[in-house]
Amino acid sequence: MSERFHDITVTVNGEEVREHVDARKTLVDFLRDDLALTGSHVGCEHGVCGACTVRVDGVVVRGCLMLAVQCDGARVETIEGIADSNEIADLQQAFIDRNALQCGFCTPGMLLTAQELLRSGAVPSRDTIRVHLSGNYCRCTGYQAIIDAVEAVAKARASE
Amino acid sequence: MKPAPFGYARARSVAHAVELLAQDDARLLAGGQSLIATLNMRLSHPAVLVDINGIGGLDRIAHKNGHIEIGALVRHVQAERSPDIARHAPLIARAMPHIGHPAIRNRGTIGGSIAFADPAAELPACLLALGGELEIAGPQGQRWIKADDFFKGLFETALTPRDVLTAIRVPAADADTRVGFAEFARRHGDYAIVGLAACARRGGKALTDVRLTYFGVGSTPVRARTAEAALAGGDVDAAVGALARDLDPPDDVQASGAVKMHLAGVLLRRVAVQLTEARP
Repeated sequence: MSERFHDITVTVNGEEVREHVDARKTLVDFLRDDLALTGSHVGCEHGVCGACTVRVDGVVVRGCLMLAVQCDGARVETIEGIADSNEIADLQQAFIDRNALQCGFCTPGMLLTAQELLRSGAVPSRDTIRVHLSGNYCRCTGYQAIIDAVEAVAKARASE
Repeated sequence: MKPAPFGYARARSVAHAVELLAQDDARLLAGGQSLIATLNMRLSHPAVLVDINGIGGLDRIAHKNGHIEIGALVRHVQAERSPDIARHAPLIARAMPHIGHPAIRNRGTIGGSIAFADPAAELPACLLALGGELEIAGPQGQRWIKADDFFKGLFETALTPRDVLTAIRVPAADADTRVGFAEFARRHGDYAIVGLAACARRGGKALTDVRLTYFGVGSTPVRARTAEAALAGGDVDAAVGALARDLDPPDDVQASGAVKMHLAGVLLRRVAVQLTEARP
């Protein structure tokens, strides 16, 4: 009744995926190793850095703190799917315009986390943006440019 | 790192979870925001994980009989947005934004935070400050236990490996309830260096039933009882001075014991102000 391997069915970026997974495999390793979706990055592997951020059933989670086997029946969205849908095209462009990335390792997590804040439609203060992104580390640019980009998109969307 | 191998089972009900936990070296998996990190780092290596996320009915927040009851599987984000908690459990509402980061709060559960009992975590301290109770299901059936009797030691509680924490209950706030919450952390959302959760009742101009619970200062949340009496007497300076008798924080990776003692006094002054403010 407590098997190590399990069959799961997961909707990943709109496509149904059936796999046989080891219970110990984290969601982010499943996405990267089994599905070749390498946009979600593996940083600290204990929930501190935010590089593995993905969406499960509509909300952002740590891909390293959820097991693939727990996603049976769930809807998973990664940076690949969300970028292809154009949902965050303006945010991506703002990151480029303001040099809000350098190596890009943290960028998928930053984009998905920021989008969760922006989806409410409000224009958050810089402090609110900072607190909201507090769980995502950037080791290149620092945070000013990232906060600039998120703030600019919030204002642009509000004025549309 | 990657977790060592383990078996995995989904519990269909609380009774089924208790049954599955009878297996040797089984661990309960709720939000997983602490457990999976420890698995990844191989700080723990259970034989079996019993996943309770699919159990219905454990994710409710109810206001009844003068209490707020919060199901163990209520996610932090759900508590953070709950009008019932904002209105009737304002201490928990104040603490909630300090717990982890948005992605952690989307997944982490109230029951998980309390059962894990990290000594630097917010919710165990809030539960103790509020004089709350915990509902536990085990092989012998259901029981309620007071928060005062729950936290036993470092990551050690009254729960046995075969128990399931199913809900917590705290007294609902009324017009005379006052609460205060403050913490120091290196980064917003990280575990506190030192934190303080407090509640009291306003009686005329004085405070009564003051409960000050510090976290990040020992192996469990710690009541500062001498300071509580001094604060009820209206003397904040005396309360800060009394902390030397109530607390003896050990050095840890974040700060020395002496720094923690100093910060505990700073927090007490901030929280004392909150306790005297009228409720919104």
